[in-house]
Amino acid sequence: MKRVIKVMFLLALLAMTFSLAGCGDSGKPTLKVFNWFDYIDESVYKAFEKEYGIRVIYDTFTTNEDMYAKVVSGNADYDVLFPSDYMIKRLINEDRLAKLDFDNIPNYKYIDDRFKDLDFDPNNEYSVPYMWGTLGILYNKEMVDEPVTSWDILWDSKFSKNIFMYASQRDAIGVALKRLGFSLNSRNEAELEKAKQSLIEQKPLVLAYVGDDVKDKMVAEEAALAVVYSGDAIYSIWENENLAYAVPEEGTNLWFDSMVVPKNSKHKKEAELFINWMCDPENALKNTMYIGYSTPNSAAYDMLPDEVKNDKSAYPDDEILEKCEVFDDISDVLDIYNRIWDEVMTAN
Amino acid sequence: MKQYRWLAYPYAVWMIIFIVVPLMLVLFFSVTAKAPDGSIVLTLENFKKFWEPMYINVLIRSVLLAVYSTVICLVLGYPLALILAGRDFKRKNILVMLAVIPMWMNFLLRTYSWMTLLEKNGTINAFFGTLERLAATYLNMELTLPRVNILYTETAVILGMVYNFLPFMILPIYSVVSKLDRSLIEAAQDLGGNNLVVFKRVIFPLSLPGVLSGITMVFMPAVTTFVISRLLGGAQFMLIGNLIERQFLFSNDWGFGSALSIIMLLLILLSMGFMSRYEKENSGGGLW
Repeated sequence: MKRVIKVMFLLALLAMTFSLAGCGDSGKPTLKVFNWFDYIDESVYKAFEKEYGIRVIYDTFTTNEDMYAKVVSGNADYDVLFPSDYMIKRLINEDRLAKLDFDNIPNYKYIDDRFKDLDFDPNNEYSVPYMWGTLGILYNKEMVDEPVTSWDILWDSKFSKNIFMYASQRDAIGVALKRLGFSLNSRNEAELEKAKQSLIEQKPLVLAYVGDDVKDKMVAEEAALAVVYSGDAIYSIWENENLAYAVPEEGTNLWFDSMVVPKNSKHKKEAELFINWMCDPENALKNTMYIGYSTPNSAAYDMLPDEVKNDKSAYPDDEILEKCEVFDDISDVLDIYNRIWDEVMTAN
Repeated sequence: MKQYRWLAYPYAVWMIIFIVVPLMLVLFFSVTAKAPDGSIVLTLENFKKFWEPMYINVLIRSVLLAVYSTVICLVLGYPLALILAGRDFKRKNILVMLAVIPMWMNFLLRTYSWMTLLEKNGTINAFFGTLERLAATYLNMELTLPRVNILYTETAVILGMVYNFLPFMILPIYSVVSKLDRSLIEAAQDLGGNNLVVFKRVIFPLSLPGVLSGITMVFMPAVTTFVISRLLGGAQFMLIGNLIERQFLFSNDWGFGSALSIIMLLLILLSMGFMSRYEKENSGGGLW
């Protein structure tokens, strides 16, 4: 009996060795892609593999910080990443990204000019936008009769204890700043002080300050209004059709998830080929239809069905977009932001 | 026994690495700050920052909520511990098990389940709604049941604390009372004491060590919790635990976070010292 076990153990060990060896080079060039979880129409990269004979190793992450930790740990050798705006800025500042050769990305011409040269990459050397969206108000049409057009509704005592605020200091202070007509990236102490007063004034009306779980709570109709990112809003509306999403007219935060290539990538050419493939209008259309987020690809936008194209919550009017801002790095005044949030959170 | 002394070394090493060193680090961070030129300077700034009204308020609120829940735990737990320890009680093992079983489940899961129970459209309110509908259809009567609407209030936070920490009150009292010398009670009864007198003069004083360790074991986690106040309080009631968590995870102010931790530690040491003054010698009770 003992012998049988021994033999089986050895066999298992052998099998394991061979299966590991199988992961090695199989001749085909490989490309390691690191994207957000459930953030691509899989047929798009499968078609890329077929078209160019490149093997794609596809990994996913769930927060920018996770992605960052893995990429800087040194063990990862990804070729294409999909970070958000502020994370791209950080990666650029730390000199971790490779400058792209846009001659290899001819489809870049389809990217709408509004989404080029964004603040986190001012000369557009490192990144190509993949998806974009806004921060706005998710509301329940059964509980809110009036049209939702302004941040002011979150300060309306009619909805006392019926509002979920986002428990993230940058977003919450940003909402207050925008409501008061200031910049999302304000460094002015007087403006920030006013934003603080405004948040303290709002606190009695707030049911709770919540994080990612806001999606499920709104789906369960626990409150009438909530501050959410458009991506989460789309998910919630799919789950509960009483919900709707609005981008306030005072403007809001505009976010981007863009494609970048890390400096240590050994397959930069293939990576650029992949980015180009993703910018192909047909492929961009497939991805935006699958994910439900807004595409920066104007050719793909033109091909969208009319009801999506005219959906003001996904594609707000230009005059609102003009008032929107991308988060800037505010680490030099972070102390003030921290302090404000402490005061709001400890207020009675 | 002397030759077995070496057996203690692994524990000593363990404690140095995981208790003494981290404590030293916390102390170090709390009294130092990084100067603009990158050097490290000694400072009491971090402690001074704590004396601002808003942080003092956080401390007061934490202590108050912890005191409330400790008192409620005591009021609920003491009689239950006495009942459990009663000799003539047949199924007491099952009851003891029932008191302990919740502790086998993860603390976070239990707190999350309270959210599901208490929500506006949560389990309890849905149940009431179903009762109302049943009454309307089958009994043809208009039944209006009250709705639970306490999630994201201080009441919910206290409820969460009491629920989570009640076993820590019951068990030490139970273990002390169940080891009480029966002959003492019998002697008191023989001397003519009625039940009240026996309780007041014999049982209660002898159970005090259990009560005291129960109070410490409930008060300490209650005063430092940050999960319960965030989940059940909707992050509106910042407690000292939340404040410390925030300094380390979001504000990146390790100095202030460490200073808060040291203050918390002193507070707990003080209250324990205060308690032990009342603890009699050779009490031997409790879980520690």
